[in-house]
Amino acid sequence: MGFVTATADRLTIRNFTEAAGLFRTLGASGFRRFSTYRQATVAATITNTMFGFVRTYVMLAVAGSAVALGGQAAGYDAPQLVTYVWAGQGLIGVVAMWGWTDLADRIRSGDVVTDLLRPVHPVLGYLLPDLGRAAYAMLTRFVVPVVVGALAFDMYLPQRAATYPMFAVSVLLAVLVCFAGRYLVNAAGYWLLDTRGVLMGWAVCAGMLGGLYFPIRFLPDGLATAVYLGTPFPSLLQVPLDVLVERDPPTGQLALLGLQALWAGLLFTACVLVQRRAERRLVVQGG
Amino acid sequence: MAEPSTAAIYRRLVAAQVRSQASYRVSFALDLFSNVVFLGADLLTVLVVFHRVPVLAGFSLTDALLVFALSSLGFSLADLAVGNIDKMQRHVRTGLLDAVLIRPLGVLWQLLVLDVGVRRLGRVVSGVAVLVVAVRLAGVPATPANLLLLVLTPVAGAVFFSAFFVATATVAFWWVDSGELSAALTYGGRDFTSYPMTVYGGWFRHLLAFGLGFGFVAYYPALILLDRTDPLGSPAWLGWCSPVLAAVAAALAALVWRTGVRHYRSTGS
Repeated sequence: MGFVTATADRLTIRNFTEAAGLFRTLGASGFRRFSTYRQATVAATITNTMFGFVRTYVMLAVAGSAVALGGQAAGYDAPQLVTYVWAGQGLIGVVAMWGWTDLADRIRSGDVVTDLLRPVHPVLGYLLPDLGRAAYAMLTRFVVPVVVGALAFDMYLPQRAATYPMFAVSVLLAVLVCFAGRYLVNAAGYWLLDTRGVLMGWAVCAGMLGGLYFPIRFLPDGLATAVYLGTPFPSLLQVPLDVLVERDPPTGQLALLGLQALWAGLLFTACVLVQRRAERRLVVQGG
Repeated sequence: MAEPSTAAIYRRLVAAQVRSQASYRVSFALDLFSNVVFLGADLLTVLVVFHRVPVLAGFSLTDALLVFALSSLGFSLADLAVGNIDKMQRHVRTGLLDAVLIRPLGVLWQLLVLDVGVRRLGRVVSGVAVLVVAVRLAGVPATPANLLLLVLTPVAGAVFFSAFFVATATVAFWWVDSGELSAALTYGGRDFTSYPMTVYGGWFRHLLAFGLGFGFVAYYPALILLDRTDPLGSPAWLGWCSPVLAAVAAALAALVWRTGVRHYRSTGS
């Protein structure tokens, strides 16, 4: 009895047409899959909107107190904070901050073996449908809270035309960083029997250090810098939101995009390495 | 052989759950720990906000901390007791509810003991600690009335939040894929009650503080403890009303739940 490698020979993508075809097929599958979860989309959007109201009022109170003292809340004024909160509530669904356990579940059940038999690298095979999912979320879960916020409050609109394309790039990078982070914590399942603790750790860090509960720049300056440079979490929400509300001049916005790209590169490298190690040691029980 | 009493059956079910969860020791410890961390994250949010401004909507850090602590402990107790009801949609989808319905025990109670959230004890214990510290920092005088209010408020808050947990979970009877909808009022309610009501404005405050009653979870009792008059002009006795409100909420939730169970049709899969 010998050992058989469980992974299939992977497709070599020879030209642009093939790559585009792969992107279209797998991306569209993610888009279609999530567009069928209509009830869940509506429910999640309502919840994001409720939290949007609570967080907006807290932020407005902060801005109000700061103005009364003759200052600004960490460089954001009230309309900027309103945009920050509502766009942030919208982006939660776009980057899919929590709740993605597909890979961990499939590792646990052994179904992951079918992913390894596919002629597409597993990281790419999960990433492309996730991009389709993000595109669907951008059209639904992002738009609704932003519109509600704009109707209910005085919102800041970006003043520089260049901000819009930069925000689009930043959101794409945020989706990539978030996906890679989620993939890594899920891949812990190759080594751990129970991944709940790791997933919870991710959830709490993503919320707290990602800029969801409060803008990271509310922290003392040194600590904020450390979080920006030392962790990937601000790349999830904080950076796209900073870009959108024009918290920094254009050079600062570009630097933030660079930081995101750096984290995306690092995390994807880690994903590929982890996946390779995991495939070497994975034993799927037959039955 | 004598039949065990209903209470004994529940006791056994809970004990079995506790044993089975605690048998994965590392996982259980991590769970307990991360529940403490989640409370820490909420607390940190309040502290970070006050790092930027000394006064928030007329409240100092120590005053706001008392509001936060009361709300947080009430929520943690509810989360411990009935928090796992948010898995309701999975029970409906997988058909577990069908199995539960044919057993000769209360449906809601069975669902609650099916997956007791022992790990959430971590949150309750740290919630009590935060409340004790907040009471000290705010300099609440230790009069009998205050002590009574300090016990009544978290308990009433727990009943109140539990009512919301159960009532919103019932949505799954009609709307199987309701996802995070219940979180809007349970976790959203917790976040809402964590700050003084003066933070909020307009129709949103009226709707949530009075319409849904969230103002009574922490804010009005805290005003009595802090011996402050309400900047929004409500009478002081409102702070003693939370048990009444909690009872009303619980009764309404029970009504919603009963209606839901009666209208339940299996998903058939």
